[in-house]
Amino acid sequence: MSPNQSFELCLRMGDNALILGQRLAEWCGHGPILEQDIALTNISLDLIGQSRLWLSLAGQIEGQGRDEDKLAFFRDSNEFRHLNLCEQPNGHWGTTLMRQFLFDAFHLPLLEQLCKVEDQQVASIAQKSVKEVRYHLRWSSEWVVRLGAGTDESHEKMQQALLDVWPFAGEAIQPNAFDLELTETCPPYNVQAVNKAWWSSVNEVFNQANLDVPEANWAPQKGREGIHTERLGFILAEMQFLPRAYPDAQW
Amino acid sequence: MEQADLQRLFDSKIEQEIRIEPKDWMPEAYRKNNLRQISQHAHSEIVGMLPEANWISRAPSLRRKVALLAKVQDEAGHGLYLYSAAETLGTSRDEMLEDLNSGKAKYSSIFNYPTLNWADIGAVGWLVDGAAITNQVALCRTSYGPYARAMVRVCKEESFHQRQGYEIMMSMAFGTPEQKQMAQDALNRWWWPALMMFGPNDSESPHSQQSLNWKIKRVSNDDLRQEFIDKSIPQVEYLGLTLPDPDLKWNEERGHYDFGPIDWEEFYRVISGNGPCNKDRLEARNKAHNDGAWVREAAMAFAEKRQTNVA
Repeated sequence: MSPNQSFELCLRMGDNALILGQRLAEWCGHGPILEQDIALTNISLDLIGQSRLWLSLAGQIEGQGRDEDKLAFFRDSNEFRHLNLCEQPNGHWGTTLMRQFLFDAFHLPLLEQLCKVEDQQVASIAQKSVKEVRYHLRWSSEWVVRLGAGTDESHEKMQQALLDVWPFAGEAIQPNAFDLELTETCPPYNVQAVNKAWWSSVNEVFNQANLDVPEANWAPQKGREGIHTERLGFILAEMQFLPRAYPDAQW
Repeated sequence: MEQADLQRLFDSKIEQEIRIEPKDWMPEAYRKNNLRQISQHAHSEIVGMLPEANWISRAPSLRRKVALLAKVQDEAGHGLYLYSAAETLGTSRDEMLEDLNSGKAKYSSIFNYPTLNWADIGAVGWLVDGAAITNQVALCRTSYGPYARAMVRVCKEESFHQRQGYEIMMSMAFGTPEQKQMAQDALNRWWWPALMMFGPNDSESPHSQQSLNWKIKRVSNDDLRQEFIDKSIPQVEYLGLTLPDPDLKWNEERGHYDFGPIDWEEFYRVISGNGPCNKDRLEARNKAHNDGAWVREAAMAFAEKRQTNVA
């Protein structure tokens, strides 16, 4: 993997984890039941922890003196490389879990591949993260099934949540130029394998949850190229406020 | 056994510092008193998540963000052990939550104050958790077994939170002039409410004497408050900050700091519902509970279906 490639990859991985972790943290203290409040906070903690590793490595590869915090707090929205799925609002518990499942179903096979790449620094972060994400996917799958097949009301809410979140899911598995380049130059990384694993989780879980899988006619999303939805500006305004207001301060 | 014998057995256990366990006979008033105290404590942990969670999205570094998330999550965990401890006295968590949400049950009044700048997260960890620990270390020896054991675990985590809070205060107090000003502002606002956390003066405390006799409470409100003040002052001095109490001075004769009068009118006003955030806190709890109703129902329905399928 060239330094440019690993820098780009680290930003993608780090930004996915950071922005989704930031969204999930909004639930802390407001969950539907104490045990699940704790569980979701755990996932948020795992993701933000992973983002620190990826962003630190990105800064190190870049060699311009940017650390995890410089990258998290001093980039503007067009420099963020996460999937637009990650920045979508939490909605209700079911929407959050649906978004989480669609992300986890992509995140896990992606990390499984990165565990095996030649770049040792990338592989070692992936190896640490994959253990956490395996649990995330199990947990979010269980919840999608539980709510999809729970009561009539929960079923209806989950079907609607799926319709709401689905337009943003395609970006995860539709390769862009960078994915194709990595597939070509960094075996065993293979974008098609991620795509296949994602569909397999999606079909299995939605089948168990009695949810109809919408058609895959996705609107184009270009989060990975830095073109985000209107949501991101507000997330950053809140998240970055303090370090930007007091740039000389150490916290 | 006759009632009188049961009472004698109970009294002798209290006398000999033998813990009372859930299946032991206990006077009804002892059960009620413990239930009130443990459930209030549990509610305080849960409501206490709100003012701190208020800053998670705005934590100024990723390290601080992760630490704060983990801290607020710990408070949820404390709530869980405490609700479990309270359930051993015969009231379900659902019933306790209903009392919290309806405003019938109380929680620590300190959480009705707002967190207004980042240093508040430091001040809450240092002073609010610090005052809580002062109280809870004493409660590790409380006479009701499940409560005492919960307190041992809670205290370990709380003392970590307190150090973390003080460390935030250090970065702020030794930081830029703006940061130092935020730290001073936070200290000014949290100091008096933290002192009120120990409750009314002993002479005014309605449940105190009976609780001391039953060894539910081990040290009086005023003694705990004094202990907290004495140990906090050197910490304030180290930070180079000042306390908002002109009457504070070392009293050689007593071997303690003297301090100015506490505004008990404010204390009672906040307890009775007119603090700065009472309404917000209760609304947030009710919203979480009501919005989560369909989720809990679906989870129950799903579990039942599963069971039927297995059977």
